[in-house]
Parts: sequence; structure tokens; C-alpha cells
Amino acid sequence: MNKHVMPKLNRRSFVIGTAAAGAGLAIGLDIPFGGPTVVRAADGSPEVNVWVVIRPDNTTVIRVARSEMGQGTLTGLAQLVAEELECDWSKVVTEYPTPGQSVARKRPWGDFSTGGSRGIRSSQDYVRKGGAIARVMLVQAAANQWKVPASECTAANSIITHTPSGRTTTYGKVVEAAAKLEPPADVKLKDPKDWKIAGKGVKRLDTVDKTTGAMIYGMDVKLPGMLNAAIKDAPVFGSKLKSYDEAKITGMKGVKKVVKVGDSAVAVVADTWWHAKTALDALPIVWDEGENAKVSSESIAKWLAEGLDNSQPAYIGNQNGDAKAAIASAAKKVEAVYNYPYQNHATMEPMNATALYTPDKCEVWCGTQNGEAAFAATLEASGLPAEKCEVHKLILGGGFGRRGMTDYVRQAVLIAKEMPGTPVKLLWSREEDMAQGKFHPVTQCKLTGAFDADNNLTALHVRLSGQSILYTVRPAALVNGMDTAAFQGLSPSGDAAIGYSVPNLLVEHSMRNPHVPPGFWRGVNVNQNAIYMECFMDELAHSVGQDPVEFRRKLMSKHPKHLAVLNAVADKIGWGKPAPQGVYRGIAQVMGYGSYVAGAAEISVTEGSKIKVHRIVASTDPGYIVNPAQVERQIAGSFVYGLSALFYGGCTVKDGKMEQTNFDTYNSMRIAEMPKVECVMVPSGGFWGGVGEPTIGVAAPAVLNAYFAATGKRIRSVPLKDQNITFA
Amino acid sequence: MANLTINGKTINVDVEDDTPLLWAIRENVGLTGTKYGCGIALCGACTVHVDGVAMRSCGMTVSEAVGKQITTIEGLASEGALHKVQQAWVANDVPQCGFCQSGMIMAVAALLKENPKPTDQDINEAITNICRCGTFQQVREAIHAAANA
Repeated sequence: MNKHVMPKLNRRSFVIGTAAAGAGLAIGLDIPFGGPTVVRAADGSPEVNVWVVIRPDNTTVIRVARSEMGQGTLTGLAQLVAEELECDWSKVVTEYPTPGQSVARKRPWGDFSTGGSRGIRSSQDYVRKGGAIARVMLVQAAANQWKVPASECTAANSIITHTPSGRTTTYGKVVEAAAKLEPPADVKLKDPKDWKIAGKGVKRLDTVDKTTGAMIYGMDVKLPGMLNAAIKDAPVFGSKLKSYDEAKITGMKGVKKVVKVGDSAVAVVADTWWHAKTALDALPIVWDEGENAKVSSESIAKWLAEGLDNSQPAYIGNQNGDAKAAIASAAKKVEAVYNYPYQNHATMEPMNATALYTPDKCEVWCGTQNGEAAFAATLEASGLPAEKCEVHKLILGGGFGRRGMTDYVRQAVLIAKEMPGTPVKLLWSREEDMAQGKFHPVTQCKLTGAFDADNNLTALHVRLSGQSILYTVRPAALVNGMDTAAFQGLSPSGDAAIGYSVPNLLVEHSMRNPHVPPGFWRGVNVNQNAIYMECFMDELAHSVGQDPVEFRRKLMSKHPKHLAVLNAVADKIGWGKPAPQGVYRGIAQVMGYGSYVAGAAEISVTEGSKIKVHRIVASTDPGYIVNPAQVERQIAGSFVYGLSALFYGGCTVKDGKMEQTNFDTYNSMRIAEMPKVECVMVPSGGFWGGVGEPTIGVAAPAVLNAYFAATGKRIRSVPLKDQNITFA
Repeated sequence: MANLTINGKTINVDVEDDTPLLWAIRENVGLTGTKYGCGIALCGACTVHVDGVAMRSCGMTVSEAVGKQITTIEGLASEGALHKVQQAWVANDVPQCGFCQSGMIMAVAALLKENPKPTDQDINEAITNICRCGTFQQVREAIHAAANA
């Protein structure tokens, strides 16, 4: 912490407008002659450190750099700070620092990126320290005032007590003095077993505004004189805008300007979005579609299928023994081919961003999972340096990975740049959102298992073929060309390790990258890999007449944490005991994002194709649980997202573009289809795993395995709607 | 030009007659609690009450709304007290991202007016709003809680 050292900054550069939507925070810098520097919030309240501002009335403002998109991170991170700070939880409010402030202060809040289920697990350490350091400073300030040793003082509920004398004071009373103290170099964090605020299912801090309509999402931003833009980007990915006939919409009501955006998109700017959208729909546009217009789902599938052949080159992600040789000499062999389609994130709030550009300043207001990436996109699109740019983050109407991308930010800035001084809100229609996704990648997988004469699994060969996200999105993360994330759930070790030991194992990936832009979609590669592995485990078990749980257990003795969640789920759902009449069970487990998860489903099937999911049991071991109520909600929500994708999802390509346009062709589960989800949380401590994503991996295979139990039919292709299987 | 009665106030709105009510509410009246999600009356994020009935405001024109009592999420609370559905939502910590919840709450408030003690089956039939976060388990619990409040 070097908060006292901030050269070359004056008060003016830190005062950041909060005209719109209450976004961002204003920070003032107080530099008295000769004294220590105190950084102040907009209302004059001092920072104890970058995480904690305390107002005279004891209100504690906790800064949260990660984004809230529904997953509860805002509340969870505040709990962790408050736990160490020993503040009054009922007086906690939160605030987003802005990326511009972060850059100006040399990134004191660390990474803003909110994806990969990292929100809590990768910032828990430094935010807890932030709370603990602030507490030590506040207690020291009180001790100094009383002229007693700090070791004789305790803090709880924002009140400091000098134990021997019984004197008390509050954080609000000593914060001015505390803010002038040097922070301690080191602090001891609490043992999680002693937590009082963290670890409890306290209510979210953002609920009331979300029930009254008061919460401002990006779509709701209003600025004085603001105009609205609707946009169409080239529907064939990678193609260009050729021409548009502006004369056809000149004079349409409210239209102010037609703007070419980059080399592939056109936007109409109007007084209202409805006018902009209406005019855009009437605008004749000619695209230069190019070669990609020849691509279809069929052509992609054919290309991926070729990658399943062992003669094609592939990256090896996990290997022990000699699987190919063991399979060649096996007593018995089982083989199956699976596939998983493109998926759109379909956040409830379509992509949008508001930008205000002048040659001296570019400001953006948007929901983003990565404030710093949005800031970088603002710099790049505006051409202005960091000190002339700012991004004001808003609460997200869903993220699921989509809002980690910054395409919509770039577009908004490019449009605003054509209208200096006028704020412009760019909002995508749902149709644009469906057409211009960053899609869950498409893959196929051939799995081959081999048994010896005693029905022991001797070899497993998992050959993935398909798209790499990193190849397009983060090429620098490729390792000698290999996308290690493609092996999520199947890796030898780490955050997403395989839970089985097989004497001869080969997991490989034939990378094939179609022109469709891929993105991180909640659960990412765990989604398809868990289907492939867990459905195939079920196939292997049945092929030798063994119980699917018992079959797995024999392979899991060296993977006790994987096994523990599997056992927890099996126990809770009553595996091995009779299910209710007409009800069948399926089970799955996977590790992802540093957490161990398992799920089991109870379903019934009528007419062979109508599935009723009665009950889900899900278990998770994320190491530590900061808010069990929110973890439960993430787990239940994972089944909605995962089963929506299984039953209704799937984006298909025709003539180089996506065919699905809205929720009529890309449906999503409703309450009637929602099973009862029971959570078994078994945090074993000693590590920090993520929560938002891993569970989605077991949703589909648990139901697919139950479908096999019910019907004897093995489904190896998603979505189920393509096989005329639907919810009952 | 149209006179719309929204949350008890009559507001003169300068829009074409065929403008979807949703956009008049959001852009001309300035009430942004009602959300745009799909524009084809499927997702329910734009649900408001029209003469007490839950309607998807993206699928209804301004001219169709003239002369009717329109209630948006901002008008659901009365005399400073949250509606019992809103209270149940807060007590059960229902929202995740929250974007669909204005519409969800309006749909539920209309259901409970018509059917004060809905069964699970009644809920399944009446509540068809999309929630991508998947809050349905809490939505169901909160509906029953509101019904018993």
C-alpha cells in the first residue's frame, strides 16, 4: 500500500463527474502543508485505504472492483472486507472504483476482470487484507487518542472499545485520524471458522433497487441532450459493409445521423431508440459477404468430424500410459461420438453502451465484466490517452461471459466520435444480440474406452475436435499453439482436473476454428467436456453391467475431493435405493474453476420424448463459502442456464450467419420447467474455488444419463429440441 | 400525440400512434424500470399492468393504451410502502442480475390479484417470464410467501 505517494495528481484530475446514473465515484485529494495525504470521497469522507471509506455517521463504503452481474460478488466481497474490518454490516454500502481512477492510482484495486468464476476466489486475499489493515488503523487511531496501547483495544460493529477502561468510540469518530496513519506492513487474517459476516447467507446489498425499478442498468442511462443509436453489423462474420442508401431514411422521424461504424457496421442515430431502430430497419444495406457466406453448420460439422480421425494432427492435453496400444489390444472396446453446438449468451439485457466524446475527453457508461478492458477499448476507439478517458460501470443485466468482450463499447465510442459533445446511447436489438454473439464454441468428441477380460477399464481415449476460444480471443494464452482451456475438466491437474485414474489415458484436441467468433460462455469448455466424459462414463458402466456410481468410484480413489461431492450427491438423492414409480436417475461430476461439483437428476419421460425433471441434487466443494444463500442461487441458476442450453439452445449457421434471431428460435426455460434443486455444500477448506460456473457442467449430463436410465436411449447430441425431445 | 395514464398521472406523450407502449414508457415518459428484452412479447421483461391486467408493453401500441390505466413497476408501491410482492422479493432475496424482475414482479402482482392463493400449477401456467439467471426457485417461494402475507 503506498496510498500516500501519488505524485503529479491534483484535485481536479480526480474529480470525476457523476452526472449520470450515480455511476462511478468522485475522489478528491487533500494535501495539507507538510502533513500526510488523505484521499477523500466525493462527500469529503476520508479513505482509510482504497477499499474502505468511513463517513462520520459510521456508514462504511466498501469499494468493489469486480462487476456485479447477478452472481452476488458485490455482496460477497463486501462481506469479506467487512469481516476483517469489524464494521457494522447494517451500515455497509458499496461503490465501484472506475478504471480511470485505477490507472491514475496505479491499479490499487488490482484486476477488474469478472469472469472465470474468479470474482471472489482471486481477490479474497487482498480485499480481506484491505479490511484488516483498515481495522488496525482505526483501532490505532483510537488508541492514540486515549494514549493506550492498541493491544488493549478491540473492535466490533464499528465500535472500538478500550477493554481495561471500558471506553468506547466509533469508526466514524476516529476515521480522520486513522486516515493519516501509516498502514501496517502486515496483518493476520481471521480463520474462516471465526467468521461472523462472511460465511453467512446475509441478504444481498442490491435487492431493493432491483424490485422497484430504480436500479439503473446500462440500457437505462440518461444524459442531458443524449441521442440514441441502433446498429447492424455484418451478419456474415468477418464480412464487410459495402453500401447503404441513406436517402431512403432521410427525413424519417427523429433521425439525426447515419454512421458507418468500422468497416462492417452501420448505425442510425435518432432522438429515441425506437426511431433509430425503425429507421435502421428501413435502411437498405448491402454487405460484401465474401467466402464466409458459404459456411453452414453442416460444413462445420463435416470439418470437425474429420478432426476426430486419429490421422489428423492434435494437441495432447492429458496423457499417461499408451491408450492407443491398450485399446488396440483390448478384450472389449466401446466407442461413441458426441457433439455440442454454438450457444448465445442471451443476457436479458442486450448489449449497450453510452459514450460522450469531445476532443478533450471520452466517457463511457456501460455494464461490463471487465472495466479495464472496456477502458482499453475506449482509449483505442477514441484515440485519446488514459487521462482523458473514463468508464463508468453499471450493474449488468446478465453477463455469463458476454460482457467480458468490448465490441459494443468500441462501437458506442466510434459513433459518439462522429457527434462530438453529444452523448449517444447505443443499444442492440435482441436480433442484433443474437446475430452478433461471441458464441460458445462448437465441438465434437470421439471417446473410446477399453476393458480387460475382467471388465476393468484399461484405457480411455478422448479425442476432441473443434473450436478454441483462446485462439481468437486471447491468442497469447496459447501454449505452443495449444489451447489448454480446451481440456477443462479433463486436465491432469490444476483448476479443472480430471477426476478419474485410468491406466492408459489420452486426451487430445484437434483444433478447428470456424469463422464464427467464439467467447467465454458460462462454464466455457466444462459444458461440453463434462457431457462427453460423464455421459461416456455412464456408457462404459452400462456396457459392463455395472452401476454408474460404483463404476466411477473404482476410478476415483486418487481423487478424494471429486469423489466426496459425488458421494454427497449419491447419498442425498438416494442412489441405490428405489426411485419413485416412473422416476429415473442420472448422475455426473466434474471439476472446474477450482471447485469440485456433482449433480444428480430425477426425471420421468412420457411418450419417449417428454421429460419432466422432478428433482436435482447438486453438491459443491469450493473450499470456502462466503455466502451460502448466494451459492445456492448460483447452483440452482446453473441448472436453468445449462438445461436451457441442453433442451432449447443451439445456434446454427446458414450462409455464414446465425439463424436464430430471438427467444422464439432460441428459447429459455420457464418456471414451469424448473426442477426443485437441493444443494449439498461440502466446503473442505484450504483452497478457494469458484462458484458461478462449475455446476453448469453437471446439469446436462445428469439429465442425459437419467434419460438413458428411463428410455435405454443414449443422446449424444445437443440440443434436445433437434431430436424432438422437450420438457413435458 | 397521445394522453397516457401511467401510475395515476395523465401524461401527454409526443409519439406516433404505432409506437410500442414500452418505448413510450421508457423514452418519452422516462420510466426505465420497465425493460426491453426481446421486443416480440416473449420474455416478459416489459410487463406492465393495463387496467390491472399483466401485458407485455412491447407488443402493444400507444394508441391501444390510450384511455387505460397503466401501472409500471415504479407505480406498484403505494404510499411509500412496497407492494407485498416486492416485499416478498426482498425477504426472499429473489433477484440475481435483476433485469427481468420488474416484469416478473408485475406478472406476479397481477396473478395474485386474480388468484390470491395460486398453486404451483397455477404459477406454472401464469408466469411465463424468462429469467436467464434462473431465479425461478426463489420466485416460486416468494410468490407463495406473498400469497400468505
